[in-house]
Amino acid sequence: MVQSLGGAAWRPTGPVESSQAVERLLDLAPDVESRESGRAFASERAWSGSGCGQGVVWGVRESGDGPPHRTAVDTNDASYTCGCAGGETPCEHALGLLLLHASDAPVPGRTKEPPAWVAQWLADRRARAAPGGPAARAAARRAGRRAERVTGGAQELDQRLIDLLRGGIAAADQPGFGLWEETAARMVDAQAPGLASRVRELGSVPASGPGWPGRLLEECALLRLLDSAWVGLDRLPGPLAATVRSRVGLTTSAEGPAVRDHWLVLAQYDTPDGRIVTRRTWLYGRDSGRSTLLLSYGAPGRAPAPPLPVGTVMDAEVTPYPGGGGLRGELGTRFGDPLATTAPPPGGSTADAVAAYGRALRDDPWLDAWPVTLREVIPAPSGDGWQLIGATDGYALPVAPAALSRPGLWKLVALSGGHPLTVFGECGHRGFDPLTAWCAGASDADVPSRAVALA
Amino acid sequence: MPTTVTTTGVTVSALWEDLVTSALLGTDRRPLRADDGAAVGPAALLDAAAVHTVRRRAALRPATGAALPVPAPADPRPALPAPARRRLAQLLADRSAPPTGGRRGSAPDLTELIPQWLVSAGAHGYRAPAELLPALLDAARARTDLRPHVLAFAGPRGLWLAGLNPEWKFALRASSRGARRPDTADPEAVRRLWEEGLFAERVALLGAVRERDAGAARSLLATTWSTERAEDRLMFLDSLRSGLSGADETFLEEALADRSRNVRSTAAELLSALPGSALARRMAARATSCVNPDRTGGAVSVAVEAPHECDAGMQRDGVVPVPPSGRGERSWWLGQLVEAAPLGVWREKFGGRTAQELVSLPVADGWADELHAAWCRAAVRQRDPEWARALLGAPSTPLANGPGTASLAERSQLLATLPAPERALWAAGFIAAHGLSEAFQLLGVCSVPWDGPLGRSVVDALDIARDAGSYPWSFSGVMGLAERCLNPAEADRLAVLTTTPDEPEGASPGAGGYWSEAFQRLVSTLRLRAAMDAELVQDGTERPRTEGGSPAN
Repeated sequence: MVQSLGGAAWRPTGPVESSQAVERLLDLAPDVESRESGRAFASERAWSGSGCGQGVVWGVRESGDGPPHRTAVDTNDASYTCGCAGGETPCEHALGLLLLHASDAPVPGRTKEPPAWVAQWLADRRARAAPGGPAARAAARRAGRRAERVTGGAQELDQRLIDLLRGGIAAADQPGFGLWEETAARMVDAQAPGLASRVRELGSVPASGPGWPGRLLEECALLRLLDSAWVGLDRLPGPLAATVRSRVGLTTSAEGPAVRDHWLVLAQYDTPDGRIVTRRTWLYGRDSGRSTLLLSYGAPGRAPAPPLPVGTVMDAEVTPYPGGGGLRGELGTRFGDPLATTAPPPGGSTADAVAAYGRALRDDPWLDAWPVTLREVIPAPSGDGWQLIGATDGYALPVAPAALSRPGLWKLVALSGGHPLTVFGECGHRGFDPLTAWCAGASDADVPSRAVALA
Repeated sequence: MPTTVTTTGVTVSALWEDLVTSALLGTDRRPLRADDGAAVGPAALLDAAAVHTVRRRAALRPATGAALPVPAPADPRPALPAPARRRLAQLLADRSAPPTGGRRGSAPDLTELIPQWLVSAGAHGYRAPAELLPALLDAARARTDLRPHVLAFAGPRGLWLAGLNPEWKFALRASSRGARRPDTADPEAVRRLWEEGLFAERVALLGAVRERDAGAARSLLATTWSTERAEDRLMFLDSLRSGLSGADETFLEEALADRSRNVRSTAAELLSALPGSALARRMAARATSCVNPDRTGGAVSVAVEAPHECDAGMQRDGVVPVPPSGRGERSWWLGQLVEAAPLGVWREKFGGRTAQELVSLPVADGWADELHAAWCRAAVRQRDPEWARALLGAPSTPLANGPGTASLAERSQLLATLPAPERALWAAGFIAAHGLSEAFQLLGVCSVPWDGPLGRSVVDALDIARDAGSYPWSFSGVMGLAERCLNPAEADRLAVLTTTPDEPEGASPGAGGYWSEAFQRLVSTLRLRAAMDAELVQDGTERPRTEGGSPAN
C-alpha cells in the first residue's frame, strides 16, 4: 500500500484507527503552520459531499467555475489523493478531512458506501500496493529519502549544539538569542518533528529560574545523545532503535499482540498543541499490571477521542507501540460498557516510584516521567513548593513545578486534609505530577474511596 | 565522578559542576580536561554530560520529608448525596466559565443559584466535598456575598485548607470560625489568646466568649480596653451588639467618654437601643422637650421646637454637632435626638396614643417630614414592629402620601422589622397597588421562598406588564429575583405564561416573544431549583456502583 507503515489489511474504521491515522498525518505535516491550515478544512461546511466508510474518508469541494476538487484519505495508513495535487507532504485538505473524521462529530448525511471515484482510487491503489509493486517500491524510496533528510537534520543540529557549547551557553540567556526558533524550523524542514519540539523546549529553559545552566546542559546533552543514536541507529538493539525512531518523530504504529485486560482509567487530560488538542489517557491493566498511555488528537474546538471517565474499568484490548518501554498503546476492541469502581490501582512507596522511573530510563533515556501510583502519601508544603511524603517511611517526592500552578494541587491537598491518600501521577526528574487521587482517609471512613481527577 | 569514554575515544572524569562551568563559559574559554590532561572539545563535553544526566536521573532517591501538616479537624457532618455533589461541581464550574454575553435567553442562570444551593445544603447539615473546597473558596474570594455561606459549608477542613493558601486568607479574617478558637471554658487559654492573639483571633475569641457568657466577655475586654488602638476598640465594641442588654450599660457609658469619636458614637448608638439606659432617658428628656402635644386648636396636633444649641452633654451622648452640607443645624440635631429617644416616651407624652394614632397627628410648621423620618430611624434601630407598621401605613397608599417616609430604602428597612408573613403580605399589597417598578427593594427584604400571596402578586404584575406590551428587560431585576425567590411549586402554574401571546395594539415589537422566553427561563429555573432541593434530601450516604452493577455512564 502506498505509504503504508503497518502493512495491515483493510480494517473497519472507527475512532481508534482514525486517531492513529491523524497522528501519522500530523507527524507527516511539514510544520505547525500546515497543521493549522488543515484546520480550515476540518469543518463539515468546507465540504459538499463528505463521508466515510470502508476505511476511507472523502469529500468534495466546490471550486467556483471549474470542476469540484475531490479529496480522499485512507484512514488506515494516511495515504491520500487530492484534487490540489500536492507533492509528498499531506495537503491541508487531506489533513482537514482526517481531523473532521477524527473529531467524531455527528455529521448529517454521512454515507457509508464510497462513491465511484473513491472506489476507483482504492482499486488503483490496491493494484499498485501488491508486494513488490510500484507502490511498495515508492514507499520504500520515500522512507529512504525521509531518513536521509532526518539524518541531515540530526547532523546539523549536532553541529549547532557543538557551536553553542564552544561559545558557552551563557549566550542563551542573552536578549536576542535566536538560536532555538530557527533551529526548530530547520528540524521541521528535515521532517524530524521530535527533534524540533525538543529544540523548542530548550528555548524555555533559560527563563526557568535559578539553576538553568545545569538544566540546559542536561537537555542539550540528551539531544545530542538522540542525534548520535539516530546516526548510529543500525548498531542499536531493536527496541532501543524503535525508541529512537519515535523520539526523533518518525511515525510508528501499534504492533501486536493485543493485550486484553480489565483496564482501569487512571487519568485523562488534554494539552493544547498549537490549536490542535492532544488528549492523554492513562490506563492500568488490572490483570496484567501494565500501565499504558493512549494519545489522541482533536481539531480546534472539538474533543479528541470520546472521554473515558476516570475511575471506570473497561474490558478491552490494547495494542502496544514499539519502543519507549512499551508504554504507549492503542485502544482496540472494547467488550461491554465501562464500569465504575472504587478500587485504586496497587501502588508503592516514593522510593518504588523513582526506582520505577530509573528502570524505565534503561529502555528510553529521554523519558521525562513514568506513571506510578503512590500509596499512603500526605501532601505537605515545603519551601516554595509541595511534597508528597510517605506516611509510613517519611520519604518524600517534590511535586513537579508544572503541577504547582494547577488547581488540581489544591484539590489534592483538600482531599488529603493532612491524612494519607493514594495518588496516581507521572514521576520523573522534575518531580511527581499528581493526576488522580483516591481518598479513604480516617476522616472519610464512612465514604468508600472514589477517584478524583486532578488534571 | 563518572568516567566517560566519549565518542572520540577520550576518557573524561569530571564533576558535574565542572561540566556546567565549562559549558556556561564555553569550551574555548574554559576547556574541559580529559584524564590525560588534554583539552576536550564540546562534543565530548556533551557526551560526558549525557552520561551524568541519565545516571543521575536513574539514581534518584526520595528525600527526607519536611514536617507534616497538622491534620484538618474532623467534620462529623454527613457527606453530600452524589447527585447534589455533581450539581455543586456543575454550579461552580459554570461560575468560572466566561460569560456568554448578550441576552440571557431561556436557560437558567446557574451562578445566581449558588447562594441558595449553599443555604439549602447548610440547612440539611451536609459536609462539603473535599475536592470542591478549592473551587468553593475561589468563589467566595470573588464574591463577598457568598463568604458566610461558603465558610459555614466548608467547615473545619475548608478553614484548614485556607490556612495553607494566602489567596484564601479572607476565610481566616472574614469568619469568627476562621480563627483559632480555644475552649472558652478554659480561662487560662482564653486569657493567653486574648493577650497574644492576632487581631482576627481576638475578635473571634471575644465573640465566642460573649456567646457563652456576656459578662465574661465584657470583663475580658475591660482588662485591656485602655491600651487598645482606636480602630480595634471600635471593632471590639461592635461585638457587644449581639446579646446587648442592660448589663452592658455601664461599660458603654464609659465608652461615651472615649478619645475616638467613632467609638463614642457607636457607644451612643448601642445605648440608645437600650430603652432603659440612662442615655436613652437623657435623649428622651431632650427629645420630649422639643416635641410636644399642642391643644390650641381644639384637636391635638404636634408642636415642634428644634434645639437651639448642641451642648457638650448632647455631644457626649453621641449627637453629631455639624450637619452635612445643605441641612440646617437645628433640624439635624432634632433628628438625632428623636432617633435616639425610646419610642415608648411618645405614648406617655401624648396621653396614651398608639403609634398608629401618633403618626396620623398633624405636625405644625412643616416639621412632619423631619419628625417622621426620625421616628422611622428609631423604629428600625429599636426594631419596633408596632411603630414600623404605623409608619409604613397601608401598602396601597401612594408613596408620597404615606405616613412615614417616601424613601423606598427606609421603607424596606421598616418592612424588615416586621414578622416574615406580615412582610410578604405588605409587599404583596404594595405590588398589587403600585406594580413592580418600585418594588425591587421591598422584595429584597422578604424571606425566601416567597409566600403564596406575594408570589402570586409578583406573577400577576409581570403578566400585567406583558399585556401592557412593554419589554421584559424593564423588569429584569424583579424577574431575576423571582427566579431565585418564587416557590418552586409555582412552576406548573406559570407554565401557561410561556406561550407567545398575540401582540396587543401599541406593544413594543417582538415583546411577546421575549416575554415568552423570560417566562420560560423563570419556569425552568424554578424546576431546576426543585430538582436541586430534591437532590439534597436524598440519602446522604453514597453507594458506590461496583463492577457488575449498573454502568457508569
